[in-house]
Amino acid sequence: MSEQLRVNPTACTGHGLCAELLPERVILDEWGYPVISAEPVPASLRKAARRAVTDCPALALMLTDSPGQPQSSRSARS
Amino acid sequence: MSGITASTALWYASRATGITSLVLLSAVVLLGIAVDRQGRLPGLPRFAVTGLHRNLSLIAVVFVAVHVVSAVADSYVSISLAAAVIPFVSSYEPFWLGLGAVSLDLMAAVIVTSLVRSRIPRRAWRAVHWLSYGLYPVAVVHSVGSSTDLQSGWLLAVTVFCVAAVAGAAVFRLRSSLRAVPRSGRVATALGETAGGQAAGGLAGSRPAGGQGRP
Amino acid sequence: MMTAFHALPRHDRHAGPGVLPRLLQAMDLDAHLAAYGPPPYGGRELIGVAAVAGLTGRGGAGFPAARKLTAVAEAGRRAVVVGNGAESEPASRKDKQLLWTAPHLVLDGLQLAAEAVGTTRAYLYVHAHPGLPEQLGSALAARAAAGLDRARVQLVTAPPRFLAGEESAVVSRINGGPALPRFKIPPVFQRGVGGAPTLVQNVETLAHLAQIARYGASWFRAAGTPAEPGTMLATCWRADGTVEVVETAIGVPLGELLRLSELPPQAVLVGGYHGTWLTSVRAATLPLANAGLRPAGAAVGAGLIAALPHGRCGVAEAVRVVRYLAVESAGQCGPCLNGLPRIAAGLAELARPRPRPRLRADLERWAGLVERRGACHHPDGSVRFLRSTLAIFGTELTAHARGECSATSHRPFLPVPAGVPASQADWI
Repeated sequence: MSEQLRVNPTACTGHGLCAELLPERVILDEWGYPVISAEPVPASLRKAARRAVTDCPALALMLTDSPGQPQSSRSARS
Repeated sequence: MSGITASTALWYASRATGITSLVLLSAVVLLGIAVDRQGRLPGLPRFAVTGLHRNLSLIAVVFVAVHVVSAVADSYVSISLAAAVIPFVSSYEPFWLGLGAVSLDLMAAVIVTSLVRSRIPRRAWRAVHWLSYGLYPVAVVHSVGSSTDLQSGWLLAVTVFCVAAVAGAAVFRLRSSLRAVPRSGRVATALGETAGGQAAGGLAGSRPAGGQGRP
Repeated sequence: MMTAFHALPRHDRHAGPGVLPRLLQAMDLDAHLAAYGPPPYGGRELIGVAAVAGLTGRGGAGFPAARKLTAVAEAGRRAVVVGNGAESEPASRKDKQLLWTAPHLVLDGLQLAAEAVGTTRAYLYVHAHPGLPEQLGSALAARAAAGLDRARVQLVTAPPRFLAGEESAVVSRINGGPALPRFKIPPVFQRGVGGAPTLVQNVETLAHLAQIARYGASWFRAAGTPAEPGTMLATCWRADGTVEVVETAIGVPLGELLRLSELPPQAVLVGGYHGTWLTSVRAATLPLANAGLRPAGAAVGAGLIAALPHGRCGVAEAVRVVRYLAVESAGQCGPCLNGLPRIAAGLAELARPRPRPRLRADLERWAGLVERRGACHHPDGSVRFLRSTLAIFGTELTAHARGECSATSHRPFLPVPAGVPASQADWI
């Protein structure tokens, strides 16, 4: 199943780890904020993507199974 | 020299791992502040600063575990396992050890929530992580109060150095918070900056303009 | 008990007999009950009728009402319904007009929507226009005295912010916090007010829903077009300076609504400050319907159409609007916070003589960086307005670069509130 990397822009403060850990899907704009490719994350990049989600200091990233559905069992991240 | 018993070995182990834990904890807190402030360590990518913060904290957990287990196992003084986690129930030095139990409990909360941080609400993780600023002073007071080692000589120097470094970083962190433009003022700040002519070029740096502060 | 209403003349020249006006007739509770009777409670089947009727949201997004109702009804937990009357666009007046004129149609719709999704918790969210909250409070009290309502309705006021009417901002405000949008995972229909599945529906949509419940889907579809049925309220800013809220069938020519042939304007703005400029010539050929507007890059939105008269400076109007859009950013998302102020300053510079050569390229780059990277659609809409300004007012911008402007009056035409929100209190 393909996954999609999404960022919560209200939580993101532009640390930029995601672009270091997953340059195949994330680049930083001129202000330091992530531009995330809409392309799905293939299995080969899954580990790196999961690490980006876990390591983000602002906990602003998430992996969704299909557009808009977060993977975690909780339905909300507050 | 006679009298090097198993008990003595355990007692020394507890004291040694104790001071090591304190030094490691100091480094972890310093790195945590560095991560929050988006600081860089020379030559290291950002994910390495975060990684170092996490890895050192897990090493600190190991040292704290050995510190606690050796203190409990040691028969020279009676410290029960319960006293290690429940504050102030120890018969030996209840106050200083009680502080140790408090810092152990806080540390457990911080570590456990951080291990599952992508599965719990963001705000919950942050709230527990802030306990680190309480955990550190309690750990320091526990260390200095429980161990005469730290009250003189080079171990005192080490302790003072660590505490000074963390205190300095904490003051820096506090000042950043106090100076941060609140969300409601960020737009006005951004407009002020752009009106001053900075709209002309894109900012190449990673520091977001417009005062995107950290809460 | 008679209360003061802003009565409007009938506009039945746009459609067949007996069709208009459907909403805009001034009525207090007695007149309302005499004309329509109490709310025709009927449970969930209203959702099916709304689906056949093809009712879409009248708040700007145009989302099918039946789909929203279904999503909330099927969420599986006790829901909340919100009537959103905070139209927030400075130039739009239709929701305010509707709430003043025919509050009981809106309140009927709110009750029927609540019943359709199986709840008794409802809110009415409005800006604190002078007298309006009190007027609505009286209307609610009169209904309570008459035993008409099954759901309890709480009135909540919205701050005077452009984003205050955004769906998640509405929820945030009702939850007691500031009216700030949030990231839409999970969506509002799953987790909204107090964590409950929440239906946020524009007040005009609710009024139409109430009438569909009474008169049925075929009646609703008797006006409008097959693809976009029904009537709608449009705020019309005409070139002669008059502003009128008009109830019209969907699909009526813009030329008729704005009286374009009487006083041809220099350009027409369709869709408000997140909308699109059209040339006068093009606008005269188009209807107020998405089928006709989409090919021109425009959309009906919340029915706000404005004809900019000759003699005014469209560039200056746009500079004011874009600065307002930047000022009204929630300031939560890095791209929007960084991009919109730069875009606003850039457009202002572009309007002055001898702008630097790379400015257009910078504006385009910032526009591209800002689109779809916020938690809400504020950056997207602002970029749409910017791009259409650059497209439609190209000649004027070239003249401005030479230091010339053909305007004879620099009095602002489009309303742009002054002031910059500076503290959290400005969002409550």
